Amino acid sequence: MTNSIAEIEEADVIVITGTNTTENHPIIAQRIKRAVERGDARLVVADPRRIDLVEQANYWLRQKPGTDVAWLNGIMHWIIKNNLHNKEYIDERCEGFEELAQEVESYTPELVESITGIPASDLIAVAELIGKSDKTTFLYAMGITQHVTGTDAVKSVANLAMLTGNVGRRGTGVNPLRGQNNVQGACDMGALPSSLPGYASVADDSARRKIAAVWGVDSLPSKPGLTVTEMMPAILKGEIRALYVMGENPALSDANITHIEEALDKVDFLVVQDIFLTETAARADVVLPGASWAEKDGTFTNTERRAQRVRAAVQPLGSCYPDWRIIQRLFQLMGFSADYASPEQIFNEIRRVVPSYAGISYSRLEKGGIQWPCPDIDHPGTEFLHAEGFKRGKGLMTAIPYKPAAELTDEKYPIILTTGRIQYHYHTGTMTRKCPSLEILAPEAILEINPSDAERLGVSDGDMVKVSSRRGEISLRARVSGMVEKGVVFTTFHFSEAPVNRLTNDALDPVAKIPELKVCAVRVEKG
Amino acid sequence: MTTIIETKKKVRLEIDGKTVLAPEGATILEAARAVGVRIPTLCYHEALSPIGSCRVCVVEVEGVDRPATACNTQALDGMRVATRSERLFNLRREVIRMILAHHPLNCSPCPKNGDCELQDIAYEYDLAPNDFGSYSIKTEEYPWKEFSTPILDYHPRRCVLCGRCVKVCKEIRGLGAITMAGPGALASIQPALADPESPSRCVSCGECMRVCPVNAIEERMGGGKGKPWETEKTATTCAYCGVGCSLELNVVNGKVVGVTTDDATGVNKGRLCSKGRFGYAFIHSGERLSKPLIRNEKGELEETTWTKALTRVAREFRRSIAEHGPDSIAGLSSARCTNEENYLFQRFIRQAIGSNNVDHCARL
Repeated sequence: MTNSIAEIEEADVIVITGTNTTENHPIIAQRIKRAVERGDARLVVADPRRIDLVEQANYWLRQKPGTDVAWLNGIMHWIIKNNLHNKEYIDERCEGFEELAQEVESYTPELVESITGIPASDLIAVAELIGKSDKTTFLYAMGITQHVTGTDAVKSVANLAMLTGNVGRRGTGVNPLRGQNNVQGACDMGALPSSLPGYASVADDSARRKIAAVWGVDSLPSKPGLTVTEMMPAILKGEIRALYVMGENPALSDANITHIEEALDKVDFLVVQDIFLTETAARADVVLPGASWAEKDGTFTNTERRAQRVRAAVQPLGSCYPDWRIIQRLFQLMGFSADYASPEQIFNEIRRVVPSYAGISYSRLEKGGIQWPCPDIDHPGTEFLHAEGFKRGKGLMTAIPYKPAAELTDEKYPIILTTGRIQYHYHTGTMTRKCPSLEILAPEAILEINPSDAERLGVSDGDMVKVSSRRGEISLRARVSGMVEKGVVFTTFHFSEAPVNRLTNDALDPVAKIPELKVCAVRVEKG
Repeated sequence: MTTIIETKKKVRLEIDGKTVLAPEGATILEAARAVGVRIPTLCYHEALSPIGSCRVCVVEVEGVDRPATACNTQALDGMRVATRSERLFNLRREVIRMILAHHPLNCSPCPKNGDCELQDIAYEYDLAPNDFGSYSIKTEEYPWKEFSTPILDYHPRRCVLCGRCVKVCKEIRGLGAITMAGPGALASIQPALADPESPSRCVSCGECMRVCPVNAIEERMGGGKGKPWETEKTATTCAYCGVGCSLELNVVNGKVVGVTTDDATGVNKGRLCSKGRFGYAFIHSGERLSKPLIRNEKGELEETTWTKALTRVAREFRRSIAEHGPDSIAGLSSARCTNEENYLFQRFIRQAIGSNNVDHCARL
């Protein structure tokens, strides 16, 4: 997030898109609700599903899955056409406005309605609302990113935020709600194929040299590596021969898992480090038992860039070790020294390597979390980014044409399947499905289907249905519900009994290499 | 002594002889707390607007005949307030006596024993179990009827009808999934249903349980027994979504038996969702891996030692590097692990393997 969680309540307009916040970030949803109920903020929800926050929303834009760039361009079209953009801000802080204006010129409300299904009048009303308000905050999540046009959609949100001067001030911002406890931290730490810790490119010679010096090595590899979504095809091509997986379950979480299973079976050597024998670990050659979150010390960094302490409450189970200890032993067995006595020592090395963490220390974290960038020990941390200007100089507005989803419906597969999570379970259920309280609340996978589709297919509420795509099929129980529009069905990826990623499309966004988990064409049959 | 509370408009009043400058609109209770004067409370909760149901916080205001409840009476300029007198002591004692006629005071079987606001107040006002016709309570006391969620039990005989749970559900969660219904002392907390056919609005977050002063709402499938004085609390950060809520793991005899929060701490200020509050049983699950496994000649995974497992891993990595180069190996780190572990993992792949083939589940 460019801004902080608490600042959401300071906005005049809250735009949420592709985030079912009530289910996935319940504590943030409470803040949104409170701001709206107090009458301080107006709420715009853009989501194909009738999610809980639609009840509070002043406007609900129900776009067809995969058409986000089109409606965002449509909003910008109206704002520019009616002179509601923030010219002073754009002149001073941005570049690329002319190209953007030219691109969105053709996105009339009528054209956008024909692409997205959003009524032109609603689009105009929302454009006027955003254009005329002082502070708008944009919250989004995987609903707009898990598409072949995910990068385009995020850039479009950034375009709109810059166009209306909503970056670099309190109560505004481009705010991705990150799904996992430490996905922000894992990125900050350089667990990415093209970025070193702190986001310097692996191709940047001086950044590599600086880190190599701290690690006591002569050189580090400069060729960008493969993303998770490229590793599996590389295994099938024989380019990757050994895979080391720590705390992930691609055999259930990734798109088109039949393909993933083939890769996990083909790879010469698979080592999996986890706390349970997951679907992925069951295919491993060696399984290393890690300690759980309750059994180790360290830090997580949350969605608002806040580093916070994690503390061991109990001893590791059996002969489990915390993951850092296991990696340390492997370092030694590979002939390197990695002498850390504690996570705090590792953290102190991170502070030397990642400038935005330099001022954060374990002793400071005793008093509460600190938001990066925090460049020195006296720095209080940073509530919102880009206050003084953008890191690259001027904020880059990009002209982005709308492109359709990779897989469109046809006669054989006439329905769009979209996927997500519910609040009682987490991802592949490795942890939550072992908790009796949560399992009782949501014991099985449910397919949401619109009443008119259900009637046409002869499906009643509670019936078992078979859902198939070009890649596979699953069986699960149907819930007839207005949550989804006609022609759209939804389910979660928590349940190995009905693994929805057997159906999903592994087509990738060309830049972010994120799979199109949010749109694939399926057929639904009773039985 | 004069204490100043920072604000623009202030009122000046006197509480137990101390002069207080309180912000306009503050209650007598807030003004008293600001200068360190303690007024006993039961239904009042700092995170909620005043409820005013229990009358334990009565005080005397000069010139007013009837005692006022401090939690919901506004502090006014020139007020003179007394929080201690024989009359107030007797009034409060009577109020608590009425509550205790309903609530059993044989505390030893109750898990709240030792950390109970009602027990503390009964002690303060010299009330003992033999002061009333009390009855026996057991922790396994069968719940009276189904609550708004199957994962919580409601014990009407423990309930003091303070109304905190109803308030928190409405004010903090914005749900209103529970309500108080029934006549007088026979009232109880029940699911609020628009009609008997409609589903409960409850999302099982357990906020009602968090604010209950007497353990009338309890986790049905909790982690096990443990008295407050044997419970160690470790402050940590939730392991589920990216919000990063602060919570405390409650540990008894090396086992996590529950999750509590501190109202003042973190981005969540005491609030949690169902996963944060009830999603801890996996820690002690019998399905946890406890020993390294290695695939044997029959193709099955069998238990092995750390030395054998790690030596095999290092040997395979070395062989792959020697035969096919460092880029023949890839590593998937984890958004579930700590910063320190992610840092070390990518360092391992970049330095010990010599490849940038490292990624994690950010895209999923």
